[in-house]
Order: sequence, then structure tokens, then C-alpha cells
Amino acid sequence: MSWVIEGETGKWELVCGLEVHAQVISNSKLFSGASTRFGAPPNSQVSPIDAGMPGMLPVLNRFCVEQAVRTGLGLRAQINLFSVFERKNYFYPDLPNGYQISQYQHPIVGRGSLTIELADGTTKEIGITRLHLEMDAGKSLHDQLPDATLIDLNRSGVALMEIVSEPDIRSPEEAVAYMRKLRSILRYLGTCDGDMEKGNLRCDANVSVRRLGSRDFGTRCEVKNLNSMRFIARAIEYEARRQVDILESGGVVEQETRLFDSVRGVTRSMRTKEEAHDYRYFPDPDLLPLELEPAFVERIRASLPELPDEKKARFMAEYGLSAYDASVLVAERATADWFEEAARGRDAKQVANWVITELFGALNRTGRDIDACPIRPAQLGRLLDLLNDGTLSGRLAKDVFQIMFESGEDPETIVEKRGLRQVTDTASLEPVVERVIAENPAQVEKYRKNPKVIGWFVGQVMRATGGRANPQLVQELLERRLR
Amino acid sequence: MALDKATVARIAHLARIRVPEEELEPLTRELARILDWVEQLAEVDTAAVEPLRKVMDIPAHWREDVVTDGGRPEAILMNAPRRHDNFFVVPKVVE
Amino acid sequence: MNALTHLTLAQARRLLAAGEVSAVELTEAHLRAIERARHLNAFITETPERALAMARRSDQRRRQGSQGLLEGIPIAIKDLFCTEGIRTTAASRILDGFIPPYESTVTRKLWEAGAVCLGKTNLDEFAMGSANVTSAFGPVRNPWTPPEEPVARVPGGSSGGSAAAVAARLCLGATGTDTGGSIRQPASFCGIVGLKPTYGRCSRFGIVAFASSLDQAGPMARTVEDCAIMLQAMAGFDPLDSTSADLPVPDWAGDARGEVRGLRIGVPKEYRADGMPDEIDRLWQQGAAWLAAAGAEIREISLPHTRYALPTYYIVAPAEASSNLARYDGMRFGLRIEGENLVDTYERTRGEGFGREVRRRILIGTYVLSAGYYDAYYLKALKVRRKIREDFDRAFEHVDAILTPTAPSAAFRIGEKMDDPVAMYLNDVFTVPASLAGLPALSVPAGLSAEGLPLGLQVIGRPFDETTVLRVGRAIEEAADFRHVPHGLAGSEA
Repeated sequence: MSWVIEGETGKWELVCGLEVHAQVISNSKLFSGASTRFGAPPNSQVSPIDAGMPGMLPVLNRFCVEQAVRTGLGLRAQINLFSVFERKNYFYPDLPNGYQISQYQHPIVGRGSLTIELADGTTKEIGITRLHLEMDAGKSLHDQLPDATLIDLNRSGVALMEIVSEPDIRSPEEAVAYMRKLRSILRYLGTCDGDMEKGNLRCDANVSVRRLGSRDFGTRCEVKNLNSMRFIARAIEYEARRQVDILESGGVVEQETRLFDSVRGVTRSMRTKEEAHDYRYFPDPDLLPLELEPAFVERIRASLPELPDEKKARFMAEYGLSAYDASVLVAERATADWFEEAARGRDAKQVANWVITELFGALNRTGRDIDACPIRPAQLGRLLDLLNDGTLSGRLAKDVFQIMFESGEDPETIVEKRGLRQVTDTASLEPVVERVIAENPAQVEKYRKNPKVIGWFVGQVMRATGGRANPQLVQELLERRLR
Repeated sequence: MALDKATVARIAHLARIRVPEEELEPLTRELARILDWVEQLAEVDTAAVEPLRKVMDIPAHWREDVVTDGGRPEAILMNAPRRHDNFFVVPKVVE
Repeated sequence: MNALTHLTLAQARRLLAAGEVSAVELTEAHLRAIERARHLNAFITETPERALAMARRSDQRRRQGSQGLLEGIPIAIKDLFCTEGIRTTAASRILDGFIPPYESTVTRKLWEAGAVCLGKTNLDEFAMGSANVTSAFGPVRNPWTPPEEPVARVPGGSSGGSAAAVAARLCLGATGTDTGGSIRQPASFCGIVGLKPTYGRCSRFGIVAFASSLDQAGPMARTVEDCAIMLQAMAGFDPLDSTSADLPVPDWAGDARGEVRGLRIGVPKEYRADGMPDEIDRLWQQGAAWLAAAGAEIREISLPHTRYALPTYYIVAPAEASSNLARYDGMRFGLRIEGENLVDTYERTRGEGFGREVRRRILIGTYVLSAGYYDAYYLKALKVRRKIREDFDRAFEHVDAILTPTAPSAAFRIGEKMDDPVAMYLNDVFTVPASLAGLPALSVPAGLSAEGLPLGLQVIGRPFDETTVLRVGRAIEEAADFRHVPHGLAGSEA
């Protein structure tokens, strides 16, 4: 599926790569023992190390290294047994040392790849260029005082993974699919919680355009501040079109950093006079090169969970699910686990349908996620058992499901308490059928000409029984009586 | 290597050090003298030499992921030239 | 009471242990000496109340039967070590008013060993200098300055205040830090012993950084044995410093008494630089002769890249410094000079907060790391640095220690060598190679110049072999029998 930008002079193609900053899940910071907990009072989670005080030295957090390696393995990437922390030097008030400790020439993770799934059912490989570890900066508050900026260093030193993709992305949809897949993998691995609202997953896009069919690369702009899936798509689309307009009117795209203004839906240049950055990277002499033993990597590899792609393949093979259903179910590990528990010993396709339509529908409506789901997997399973043994009709089952979702009660209890058991005996249904036919002679006439009108009679009987009648049985009785 | 005043001014800005105009000339001369002197390293053949990244060949040691610091904003802020509640106050940053 | 200040650290320990003197008496004697010697400008901050409180606690501990290695010993701390609750300046205006909320690992270990803090000593600003003339608190005067001279001699640098304080009997020992010779060169200029341990021996945590891959803390005292005792308390693995070596701390004080018989001592021919003053060369030969007489074998060795050590150092150290000193930006601590906007505030604060030499080195460091110059300067320097270390590696296949002069001259006058930075840098020509290679090196006083100023010899050892360095240093010390004291002190001794 190709996405093209129709210009005045022809068709253009998007070339896009994403740089994602993912906050590493860890208790303490990358180089200090201060906590990473979100939302603490200002400067209460700051070590003198994070404040760049004289004589303070960084010591690397082992777990953060493991998290980076784990993520690299999850992205089918090469793990570099030798990597180097370097200093990226620049002045900014929320950067206490005057440098950010990052990795530059020798990142901990090299090339990898990730498979994205698109709406039309196709898949595509997006290359990962590298992943490296670095420290986050503090937070600047610009609007608290009229004449000054406030600085909170709680975030200073928190571990980030910068994950850089190849410029393999060709449409806004692919960009979003990439982000969703990446977030899914990070969450499976437990290396980043993927919370874009808290800024724990942030994305910059490198966008350029070229004439469709061209192999050259155009000048790219880096678009910053893409803090939701929706903005990613909108910003890339806007920026691509902006560049096409410039090129078609004979202009030149300038390489620059642009900021996405989510209110107006446009990108704008971040600095009028782009100051030439010269970060003067050099190996941090306070830290030794990061050297890993192969056994260290293998231990992490052995502990990796089943990842979305593998799980999807297994769901298709083991449960006979469609590719679509399988990928919807595996997007979140918690959902996949929920599904598997409910499906144990049951018709998995049926369970999948119920999870995708009923459960996801109810969760969406109430704005909850699966961890806060009031229904336990086994309860849904037992509901379906009641459906399958004829205790409940499909319609009743849906009603019971709603009550379960609201109350958290067991399906059996609800059926008992509310008398929702399906009516399946001919003797009690026949009088209702007789009455409905007797009261509606005109409809009977219509039925003679058009047998599809039987559906109307089924509806009347169902309504008269409060929805408890077994619809198949009602239809049979009606057909027999009206014949 | 010829070092000129403009380069020194650029470097001084990169290092965020104000150099008064009248000091630029003598400073350029001093720095040029030092750079000329260190350039004798070019004589050394380092074609197949790896840069020295580790002074002593000792194994790295890492921290365990436990919270051992923080929780004392007063210690962090006590030397601040200007503060507001528990924030550092710095000149307005214009985005 | 003055006799108390003329004790060696080891002698004072024995007297304290025997109960013949108390820590309070010892401390009071030194506090009086400090007061009398203020003209030397050796201290930036004196801490008499703290000293007496620490001494009292020490005496109490001793009465209770517990005693550390340095129990009751009054020492001075180079004002580059962060000391919790005591102003720490690095001799710079830019740290104006800074009081660390933490203690450096080395000083913490010293206090845990029972030492008493007399105060914080003067130094070159951010330890950048070889004469202690770049301090924002003014130059230190070398106590050896001949009385007839109107202009004082420099104590060397950057640990000039510590060296002067030890030489002038203001403390029994002092801490120094050495990046390119900052312990050894002032030790030589002031006629005391100074040891730069192997890189990684002493934790750098809490020491204001100059050049991280070179900085090392070490002891300065009046005898080799005193240095060994102090080092014993200062050294050891520190989980807070990633470059700290996880190795056991030997019993240096005991081991240093061993013989040098059978040791192979290297004399590097490349150190016989053009224009080396005769008296330095003679002293060096004398040192070799002493060691030979004590049973060591003297061998000529070659360290071919010696002449490139200084230029390498003056790329690597400023590069690291330019980054290490970026944190002094007026935002979170220290001096802030408000400007018209953020950038102006940065530039004024740093322009006025740093002295001339520090600014010069930050600019050199910024330049050699900047785009387009990194490979030609910084990367090149890291490669030459490897060649310098390989020179030493090869030499140590044939010898157990290396003997050289510590400095190319005796103490010069304040104001000399100020016009040409490179001329000043040449002071470190003999000390910098061992710094670049991370090796332990000691300066021990070996004689006097024609002008009556002390001269030191340097002993360089294998990585983590401080034991041999101390042993060789002690052999020189015994042979040299250096009993001279600075001018003006002999009279006050009675």
C-alpha cells in the first residue's frame, strides 16, 4: 500500500525515520541512587550527582544496562559487547553538568528490526539503526514566574533509551504502526511503560520527501514534540506536505529542527537563527567503557518473554485465530494473557470474538484498561459455557455480560438471581406463539407472500418473553404453526 | 594552524566565557602559541594505535538498582544563588 | 611547645599512643603555628574550632581504647576536597560561598581514621598551575624563600598550600591531588615527600574534578613513612567512583621498610633533556649512586615518547577540564553574575568567575574537542597516550622502579614564567609521563640547590606497586639524610 502526496507537478513520496526516547523502567537513576518515581515534590528525588555538584561521579546502574540489552534482544538487534559512554556538551539550565552522558560512536545496541502491521493486513519490516542509553535532563517550568524559569531536577539522570529507526517509513500510518509496535514490545519486555502522556515515551520524526520512484534522499527536517499517536501522524503529514509545497514552488528545504504545534496542527521552526551545535562529544573519563560478557547477554536472552510476533503466530497456529484477531489480542501482553486464561479448554475463536467485541467495547466505553477489568477471565469463560450449553441465548449472554461488567458478579449468580435462564421448553412457548399469530392477522398475510417476515414474529415472541426464549426454538414453532 | 580572533570568539561563546574585545587579541596569541606547541604530536606515527580509553585495566563495577539517595531537597538547594520554594530559579529561558 | 610541630607523623603517633601528648595539645600547637604563619597564605580556610572539637573526640576515643590509624593527628586538606559543612573553594571565585552537603571519600576515610582537620589549604585555581599563583585567594609563599630575597619563591603547584603547610610545620601531613605533578612538584619545591598513587587507588568521589582520567589524591608529609601511613588511610576501593580499583590495601607503613637490595632501578635516558641544570643532573646521578650503594642495580632504560608527554597532557587535561568545569554555570551553586539574559548570565558568570589560566585551559579544551579538530588533537593525544604507557610497560619488563628528577628546577620566584604559558607548563616535564600512564610516583627531597632551595628525586613504579615506590623512596631518604628546615623555622624551634 503506497501513500503518495499529490503535488501540482507530480507524485511525491515520504521518507521518514523516528527517534524514540523511551524512559527505562528502573527504581533508581542511570548514574545515581535517587528514585525515578513520577510526580514527587520538586527536587526531592535528586542526588548531588544529578545536580552536577562539584566532585560528584556517575556510577552505572546495572539494571538499566540489562534493560537496554533486553530491549535490544526484543528488537532482534545486535548487542554490542563493547560500548562507550560519551559526554554531549552543551549549556542549558536543566542540564546540571553542562553535558549529557550519552552514547555516540559506540552504542550498546546495533542494528535490529521490527515488523509493523498495516490496516490492509500487510506487514512491513522497519529497520532499527541503533539503541543507546543516556540520561534525561531536568524539567524547566517557564510560566510560573514572569521574569524567570524554575528548574526541577527530579527527572535529571533518569535512564532513557534512544531508539533510532532507519528511514524506512513511507506513510503516517506506518509511523503510527511503528510506534504502536515498539510500545507493545517495550511493554512486553517491561523495559518502558510506554506512557506518552507522562512523557515516558517521546518521539521525534526525521521527515523528508522525494519524487515517487526516486532513490535519492531529500533534505530532512527533525520534527520534535510528538507526544501522542495522533500527533505523530498529523505532524508527519503536515511536514511532508509543507516540504512538497516548498519544492514545487522552486524553494529549498532547509535542514532544521521544527516543533509540532498540536493546537494549530502545524510545524514551525524552533529557532530563527539556528545556532550551530557543536556538542564536542568525547568518552566520559568518569566511566570505563561498558564491556559485557556474552554470558550476561545470554542470561537475559533466556529470560525474554514471548513477544508479540511469536505470540501472534502461536495464537494463529494453536487457536486458529485470524491474523487480525491474533494481532489485536497480542498488542498488550495483559490482554493476551487474559484471553488465554479465558480460552483455556474452550472454543478459542468464540472467546476471541467476545474479548474483541464485548470486552474491548466495554473497556473502551468506560475508559479502563485490562488491568482494571471487573470481569475475571474465568468468569467470561463460564459465561460462554452457559451460552454453549443452551442455558443462555446469545442475547441473554450479552445482557449477563453487561451486568458482570458492572457488578463483577459471577454469571451463574446473575442468571439465578434475575431468572435469566433461557426458556427452551415447547410447552411454555407454544401459548405465546399462538397469541402473537392470533393478534396479527395482517402480518400473517404478509408472511404468505414473503417468508422473511418470520423474523418479525420471532421478535414479537422474544419481546413477549422478556428475551428469554430460545430464538431457534421460537422460529421452529412459528414455522410449524404458520405452514 | 592559524588561529584567528573570530575562532577564539566562537570558542569562547561555545564555552560560555565572556572575553572582552580588548583581551581577544592577546588571548588569541597565547592560545595559538599553546596549539603550535602541542601540534608536535603530529610527528608520532599512530596509524595502528588504539586510543587509550582506560587508564588502568580494572574491571568495571556497577550499582545495583536500589534507591540510596534523594529525599533531601534542602541539601540540593542550599547553595542556590536564587530559589523559589523548592525550585532553582534561573534566568528566563526563551524557547 | 614548638617541638610538637616538628615531630614526624610517625613520632606523633607514638607519643599519642604512649599518652605523652594529647590530640588537643598537638592540635593547639599546630593552630598556633598556623596563626603565626599566615603570611605564607597556605590556608584558604582555617577550622580551629572544628579541629579542637575533633581533637577532643579523638582523645576521648583513645581513652575508651579505640584508635584509628591517624588517631589525633592534625592534618590539612587541599581545598579541592569537598568537606561537608566547610566552605570549599577550589581557589576559585566561581565557587563563591559553596558549602558542600557531602564529604569526599578520601577525607571521610581520614576522619574515620581519627585525623584532625586544621583547615583547607590554598592551591592553584581548580588545581591548574605549577606555582600556586593562579589562586583567587592569592599566591602561597614558599617557606624556603631566602630571607634576603624581596620576592617570595613559589611553593610549586597546584598543591602549593599543602606543601608549604607541611614544610612550615603547620600540620603533620596534608592531602594533595596530582593531575600532572601537582603533588610531586610542590613536594620537591618545598623539601617534603609527596606521593601520587596509582590511578584508581584513592577515590575521586568528592574531589573537585580537573581532569578525570588523571586526577589522583595522595599524601604529602615530611617523611616517606608518614606518607605511607597517610596513604594507608586514604586508599581503598570506593563503589562511588567507577574508576576506583577493587584491590586490597597493603600494609605500606610496614612494607616500606623493606630493602632495595636486588631491585632493578631504571634511569631513562630521554629525561636527560637539553638544558637540564647541572645541579639537577648531579643530584639525579647521586640518587642512582645511593641506590646502587644500597644494593640496587641501576639500568639505563628508554622511554622514547617522553618528549610527547607534555603536549599530550596539554590536550587531554584541558579537554576533560573544559567539560568538567561546565557545571560552574551560576545556576545551582556558587557565583552568579546576572546578565541581560540567560546566555549573558552564563558568559558573565564564567568570564568573571574563572581566572585567566582556567579560562585559557577551558578554551584550549573546547577547541581541541570541537568539530573538525577532535581527530587531529584529542584522538591523536589518546593514541600517543597509549604509546607513552606502552613505553613504561616495556621498561617495567626490565626494571622494578624508575628514578628521575622531580622537576627541572628549584622553586622560582613569584611572577616568573608568567608571560609564557608554555614555559610554565615545562615545570611538569618529568612528572607528566607517569600521570598519563596512571603510575604511582613519589617525590623525595634529596638535596639543596646552590641557592639553598630543596630539590627532589622522583621514583616511578609499576601500576599498584606503591610498596616498591615507597621502599626506594625510603632508601633515598636515608641516604640523603635531608635534615634541612626552611628558613626562619630553625630559630622558632627552641
